[in-house]
This record gives sequence, C-alpha cells and structure tokens, in this order.
Amino acid sequence: MKSNTRLVALLSGLGVLLCAAGANSARAQTSHIGNLTGHAAPGSKLYQRYCVGCHGADGDGAGENAPWIDPKPRDFTLAVFKCRSTPTGTLPTDEDVFNAMTRGFVTTNMPQWLPLTRQNRADLVAYIKSFSPKWKTLKPGTPITIPAEPRLTIESILHGRQLYQKMECWKCHGPKGHADGPSAATLTDNKDLPIRPYDFESGSRFMCGVTNQDLYKIFMTGLDGTPMPSFADNLEPAGAWDLVHFLRTLQPFDTPEAALWKAWLASHAGELKPIGPGGGGGGGGGGGR
Amino acid sequence: MRTHSIAVLATVLITGGLARSASIVGAAPPRPPGAAGTISGKVTYTGTPPKMKPIDMAKEPNCVTQHAGAPVLTENVVTGPGNTLRWVLVYISAGDQGSAPATETVRLDQKGCQYIPHVLVLQPNQPLDIYNDDPHSHNIHPLAKLNPEWNRSQPAGAPPIHTKWEQPEFIPVKCNVHPWMHGWHLVVTTSHYALTGEDGAFTLSGLPPGKYTVTAWQEQFGAQSQDVTISGSETKPVNFVFKATPY
Repeated sequence: MKSNTRLVALLSGLGVLLCAAGANSARAQTSHIGNLTGHAAPGSKLYQRYCVGCHGADGDGAGENAPWIDPKPRDFTLAVFKCRSTPTGTLPTDEDVFNAMTRGFVTTNMPQWLPLTRQNRADLVAYIKSFSPKWKTLKPGTPITIPAEPRLTIESILHGRQLYQKMECWKCHGPKGHADGPSAATLTDNKDLPIRPYDFESGSRFMCGVTNQDLYKIFMTGLDGTPMPSFADNLEPAGAWDLVHFLRTLQPFDTPEAALWKAWLASHAGELKPIGPGGGGGGGGGGGR
Repeated sequence: MRTHSIAVLATVLITGGLARSASIVGAAPPRPPGAAGTISGKVTYTGTPPKMKPIDMAKEPNCVTQHAGAPVLTENVVTGPGNTLRWVLVYISAGDQGSAPATETVRLDQKGCQYIPHVLVLQPNQPLDIYNDDPHSHNIHPLAKLNPEWNRSQPAGAPPIHTKWEQPEFIPVKCNVHPWMHGWHLVVTTSHYALTGEDGAFTLSGLPPGKYTVTAWQEQFGAQSQDVTISGSETKPVNFVFKATPY
C-alpha cells in the first residue's frame, strides 16, 4: 500500500514535469518573418483548426486524412523541409517555412494559405517549430548567395544543356525533361514511399516557387527528404544560371529562353547530340566553357 | 512525501541529462593504468537466412561491365561457413569508462555502384571522406533522423565530400539514382567496437575492470545485448546467436 502511494506520487511528479517541459517548449518558440514575430501559443489554436487533419496532433504527418493523401503530409518531427534557401542538411529559415505555407505545394493536397493573415501564418511557423528539438539545438543554415541573373544568350543555354547531361539530371528527369529517366520509376523519399521527379513537359509550377531564382535555389539546395540532391558542391554560380536557362526551354511556355532556343534550333538542330546514356550533350559550337 | 519524490525525480532527470550530454561531447577521462580485460566471441545464426540475390545493374551499364562475370550480391545478410554472420557491429553499449574521440579519417567509396564498405563504424565528429570512384554520378543520401538528413550529388571526378556525424545514430544511406545501393553509417560513442568479418569473430580489448553491456547489431535481425563483468586481465568469451528468417 505504502509503496503504491509512492509510485503514484512518482508518476504524477513525472507527469507534472513532462507537462511543464512540453508547455514551455511550445510557448517558447517564436518565428521572425520580416518585422513580424509569430508566437506558438496562438499558432497552436490555428494548427488545431486548419492543419491537424493532415499533419496530425503530434505534427508527425499522421493526421486522420493522411491515409488517403499522396504525397504524404510533412512530418514536422523530423524537421526536414523541401523548400529552403539554406544548404542541404540545414534547417530552413522561418521565412522559408512561411513562404512554403503561403504558396502551398502544387500537385499535392497542401493548399495555399493566403486566406490566413500574415500574423496567423507567422504564428503557425512558430508552432510548427515546437514539434522537433532540432529547432532548439540547431540554427537555420545561412541562405545561399544567388548572384544576379546574367544576360540570356544561346551559349548560356547550350552550356546548361551540357550540364544537364554531365550532372546526369536526365537519369531521373529524362533526356527531354519528361520525368522518364532510367531511375525515375524507382525513386523513393526518406520514408521509403514512391515519389516522382518533376516533369518539365507538364508545365506545372515548381514546388518551391515560380521564378528563375527559385529554380536556381531548387538544385543548389536540394529538396531535402526527397531524391533531389544538392548540386552546390559541383556547380559554379555561372553554370547554375546556364542550367536554369536550359531548364526553361524544356517547359511548354513562351519564355525568352524558349524563344531563343527555338530560333537557334531552326538552323542548328542537326548539330546536337542527344542527351542520355553515352550522350554528349555537346555540339552546336560555343557551348563549352 | 510527494514533494520529496518530485525533487528526487527532478534530480535524477537532470543528472541523467547532464551525463548524457557529457558522453556525447566525448571528453574521455584517462584510462586507469593496470589490468585490462578482453571480450571476444563469435556471431552466428540459427534458422534459415535469406539468400543473397544478384543485383541487376542494367540501369548503369558501366557498373555491369565493372562486375562482369561476377555479379554483386545484396549485402543485408552475409553469412560465412559455420553459420557465421558478417557485418555485425559488436560494441560496448553501457559501462564504457571513457573513450577518446577518434580523429583518423574514415573513408567511404562508391565504386561499381556499391558502397565500400557496406557498413562503416565511426565515432561522433570523426572525419568522414566520401569518394566517387565511378565514371558517372552518384547522389549520397544518408537518411539520418537525429543528425541532419542531407542529400548531395557527386558527379564523376568530383572531389571527395568531407563530412562527419555529431550524434550517435545508426544511419541508413542510399543512392536514389541506383536504388540497390544501400549502406550504413553506425555512429557510436565508444571506441570499444568491432565489425564482424565473414568468420563472425569479434574482439573488444582494453577494457578496465567493471560491468559492461555488450550489444550486437545486425541490420536485418536487430540487436541483442549481454551483461559482462570484467574483473582483471582476463578474456571473457561472449557469443551471439541471431534467429534468422528467410524474409
């Protein structure tokens, strides 16, 4: 009997301690978006209303809707995020998470959250950061530097095409960007779930933003948690911009890149070696650097 | 009474936390001079282990050529004569009286579309260099959870990636371009560890007198532990037997 009382006292003590620790960590988190400060406490209420159905009460992506969703909702307990301005393996900035939430994830079930105020979204970012201890033990990475976009030239596109061959982008995204490379069918994410590479021909928005700068960021930071690696170790900024210019020609849009490419192809198509196994990606003169 | 219990518990929790962070930092007290014991033995299995299958590398013709005549087999369960098990990590999981931080660089090669070695063991903050020896790209994607997960492309001829792991963790590593490429980075705080070869044998030496927990870990069959007491310069035999199932 006596030992029972002691056990109960111990357990309730543990409960009190754990609750206190939990509440503290949630309350302590803040986010900073420009001049806005987000707080986890109001973020928690918004989360219970708008996010819990998919991302789950514990933030582990196992909400009640999750079984019917593909790709699966983000698991915030891992603190691994696709869309970042920071190098692979680092936490995103608060602004990165804020932008991702605002933008939504095209081709997934994650909508745009523009109906929520900026303050609402900042509060949600603060609350999301309470799901993993990494937000306390690690600092967000330093955003990568993106130099100003150089002038678009045919040489830039041709060099970008060579890099698409050399960096073996085609192994997943396909020789023509149709997401049909030899490794496309077997790709899995960090939870071993199947995942598809981006299909340039579909013309759908990029997951992490629509501008040329966003595209630059995608392959220089990698989409953590997915098979898309960072190429920052082996691409110089100038080459990265060339690759951006070439990638734009793979999309079915009337972009300046596509217009220049089509005009050049009209008289030079025969000079190009096809991209793919053993392919050169070269040809066309002036492409090398 | 109740207040007392809470206070005691709080102390226990706090000291526990401190002790853990100290062990992660790896500040090693000098090893006491004198007798040191050894734990050695063998890792074997009973039952029927899965057959290792030849890997179809047709997606990467160059790797097919590199292994012409002798296709590479999967490595998740590698056995030797006498039912021994290879690639088992045996280490001191509790009772370690202080391990010096390891400073020599560990090397991982990506060659012929394989990770060499399949399993590598390192200590927190030990330098790790990753090489791509193939004439084509690999992406190296360690699926860490406690440590940061990252994913970096390493094209042919690229310089080695210099990295390290800060937290103890058993990290599966994969290449998304070549889905058959699987490896493990096992980060342990102790310097008393051994990785079994095909003969399944291991030796943990230089153990000062004390009580130890020895753990054996195999990627498919999981972990087993045994308590061992070392009382002087003796060799304690310890064996591990895993129950193998074909699937």
